Amino acid sequence: MKIAQKSIKFLTIVAIALFSMSGYAVDSDKNQHSQKDGGQVNTKKEVEEYILHHIKDSHDFSLFSYTNDAGERKHLGFPLPVILWSSEGLVTFMSSEFHHNDDGHVIVEKDGLKFAKIHSKIYELDSDAATVALDDTDHPTNAHKVLDFSITKSAFGLILIGLLMLLWFSKLARQYKTRKVPTGFGRILEPLVLYVRDEIARPNIGEKHYRRFTGYLLTVFFFIWILNLAGLTPLGFNVTGQLAVTACLAIFTLVIYTLSGTKGYWMHMIWMPGVPVLIRPVLAIIELAGALVIKPFSLLVRLFANISAGHIVVMSLIAIMFTLQESLGVVGATGLSLLLSFFITLIEVLVAFLQAYIFTMLSALFIGMAVDDHEHH
Amino acid sequence: METLLNDFSPGLFVVSTILLLALIALMIKFAWKPILNSLEERESGINNALEAADNARKEMQNLQSDNEQLVKEAREERDAMLKEARDIKEKMISEAKEEAKGVATTLIENAQASIKQEKQAALAEIKKSVADLSIGIAESVIKRELASKEDQLQLVEGILKDVTLN
Repeated sequence: MKIAQKSIKFLTIVAIALFSMSGYAVDSDKNQHSQKDGGQVNTKKEVEEYILHHIKDSHDFSLFSYTNDAGERKHLGFPLPVILWSSEGLVTFMSSEFHHNDDGHVIVEKDGLKFAKIHSKIYELDSDAATVALDDTDHPTNAHKVLDFSITKSAFGLILIGLLMLLWFSKLARQYKTRKVPTGFGRILEPLVLYVRDEIARPNIGEKHYRRFTGYLLTVFFFIWILNLAGLTPLGFNVTGQLAVTACLAIFTLVIYTLSGTKGYWMHMIWMPGVPVLIRPVLAIIELAGALVIKPFSLLVRLFANISAGHIVVMSLIAIMFTLQESLGVVGATGLSLLLSFFITLIEVLVAFLQAYIFTMLSALFIGMAVDDHEHH
Repeated sequence: METLLNDFSPGLFVVSTILLLALIALMIKFAWKPILNSLEERESGINNALEAADNARKEMQNLQSDNEQLVKEAREERDAMLKEARDIKEKMISEAKEEAKGVATTLIENAQASIKQEKQAALAEIKKSVADLSIGIAESVIKRELASKEDQLQLVEGILKDVTLN
């Protein structure tokens, strides 16, 4: 009975997802100017642009696109809401209004304001402009950026994975009410929770304080790991490769260890004992810069760079299929591409875990340094 | 660097901050707190159970040594009782022997005494009969007043014969 209920639930979700996708798939792009060739990505430059476009956030959730027999460009996916804080206040509309255009040719008019999307960024056109004028570096000259609070693909992925985590772990939590040892999927999750607690939080923060921070560390670990893995699926999420998201996580860690720092921690940072007085201010500057800038910066850049690089490498190796077709032939290029991308994907699976581990471990280490009692001096 | 900064979306930063704060709060409330509490409860439960098992084993050992002690004491007691019984037996036997010996001695003594008495009585009777006989002889001697010495001697001898025959 329970299994039946579950499969019904699952089928409902799949049905909703497919319905919305098919509904959107009908939406063809008649205003496509830049992709007259049917959206083929063949040359090195196109591949590069495609990869860079993928690495960026996007305003709709698109799985893939194709050109049908009638020469129409079809996109399989669904639109996401666009929420903008423009010069006139809040403006919202669905991203489908841009019709997948990404070079500023489609102008969306809302509340008397004109918006255009160029390279995944939404610009508000100056009031007298009718079309976007671009300079040589593809930056608009008659439009300005707006604060974009849209539920972009990354924000959507974040919500999706967040809900998934809530579902999984609250279910595990409920299991403990009736039994001592979880069953089913909980049996996989429990050792992971224990791993983060016993191998990351406890040794780095210390037996005395680790309990307070374990919740944050567990959330961050699973959040980064699951999103890293989701980024390797054809869904094409690149959430942990977004600077905004990694910056957000790094700043959380910064805030936590700055607020929970003991007196000893601050004394060691500002007025280091045991060194000549003249050196102390110099050390203070270095220590403060280290704690407040370098540590979070290293956290955010490490995660961002590793995940972005992983995506770029995987996609570049897949692109060998087209770029080396002339020199290796169809079979050779495809085989090489498959072989290399297969192995790099395996490595990426490892990197997905490793980066989650490193981020969590370093966060725990920084917190541990801040709450340490400094009694050993 | 410029591209990096260009890629940084302040809007997404705000959105992800709000979403992540909510996620962390919800996860702590609905997942991590109950999970960690249950795990700790379970761990302390396991520790307690192990400790209890250890204690039970120690108690068992104590009980066993107690039992051995009891058995040893019982054996000693048994030995002591047996020894006592043996002692009592021997004592009784020797006492009985003593008593028997005493009784025998008294019996012998009594017998000897009565023998002596009987002997003296017999002797006295003999003496009396000798005296009676002597008196009888003397009487007859005196009565017959025999002329010859020979007759006298014959008489005496005849009387003596009678006596011996007696």
